[in-house]
Amino acid sequence: MIALLTRDLRLAIRAGGGFGLGLAFFLIVVVLVPFGVGPETTLLARIAPGILWVGALLACLLSLDRIFALDWEDGSLDLLATAPLPMEGIVTVKAAAHWITTGLPLVLAAPALGLLLSLPGPGYLWLFLSLLIGTPALSVIGTFGAALTVGLKRGGLLLSLLVLPLYVPTLIFGAEVARRGADGLAVETPLLMLAGLSFGAVALLPFASAAVLRINLR
Amino acid sequence: MSRGGVPVLEGLSFVLEAGQALVLRGPNGSGKTTLIRTIAGLQPPLEGRVSGIEAVAYAGHQDGLKTSLDVVENLAFWAAVYGGGDVEAAMARFDLTDLRDRLAGNLSAGQKRRLGLARLLVTGRPVWVLDEPTVSLDTASVGLFADAVKAHLASGGAALMATHIDLGLPEARMLDVAPYKARPRARAEDEAFL
Repeated sequence: MIALLTRDLRLAIRAGGGFGLGLAFFLIVVVLVPFGVGPETTLLARIAPGILWVGALLACLLSLDRIFALDWEDGSLDLLATAPLPMEGIVTVKAAAHWITTGLPLVLAAPALGLLLSLPGPGYLWLFLSLLIGTPALSVIGTFGAALTVGLKRGGLLLSLLVLPLYVPTLIFGAEVARRGADGLAVETPLLMLAGLSFGAVALLPFASAAVLRINLR
Repeated sequence: MSRGGVPVLEGLSFVLEAGQALVLRGPNGSGKTTLIRTIAGLQPPLEGRVSGIEAVAYAGHQDGLKTSLDVVENLAFWAAVYGGGDVEAAMARFDLTDLRDRLAGNLSAGQKRRLGLARLLVTGRPVWVLDEPTVSLDTASVGLFADAVKAHLASGGAALMATHIDLGLPEARMLDVAPYKARPRARAEDEAFL
């Protein structure tokens, strides 16, 4: 399974691998928002946590259909399914590779981009923490959506429609942590809810993803 | 067994022993690929069972190559997944050693197929289950492939393949799947919940 993870990471950084796509999208959204809403720093500071979370979520969504589609097209998904790896392990590794190539760069870039939206001082730590805890859930839920739509030609629209409602709880609690942190309020409750959602998704969804993938490969 | 909810073959039964090759024949659409995917464990049979799935190395219509990885990287990945086969020997067997640093995306169709077949050697699995293995191979490469199959059988392996050309395997049995075509059934099973 380590071999699968290193292969996926190597594929992502080679030509055409799509590494940086989500990051570039995130950057564009955050840079464009001040042009759209005007240069008032008080307004920007108020909406910054929400914008950063929505931007990260959409950037994550952008790269979901690549998780299984490329392996499906060249037949390697069939070969992986017949290989001596548990299907649950395959989907977990795929989600992990997606998080490392998409989620982690977003987490690391978010504080720098917070500066562009004049995020208040105490907000940086909580923005970073909430994204660090929340983005694994986005990758795992997205892997489930990608497993559901694998094999559909142009399944991207259906994938987005399926995944977006599942992303809403993570978005609500993640953005709430960042907002409360920026306003200097207590963050424990939304932080615990976010962590619960994230760990629950990471623990349970690989089994669901593996089951739907087995059905889709028939 | 069925494909897309439609029963395709029924009443088919065979035993493949070590050192044996079985060649599936039948017109297009007669269910050879469905049979092969069932034996490889990609889909369950509607009735009956397949034993020994864990010994199968499967190769389908597509080679499962990553175009941005080179020949060695592609084979080394599968060797790692199956627990360490001999990549160099597999490349030598299919005459790929000169192409070792070439990206798979830059290979010709026949070279890609040879790389896909070399993957079978690094799996170290005893039963090869192959769907049209000789597509886009030239005569010399078909010879290489036939030699590889003969060596595999001689070392106690077995092979099941759907192919239309004669590989010159003296020990190969033929199985025509056409007589096993399934009759239409009154009730369609919902295969998602099998």
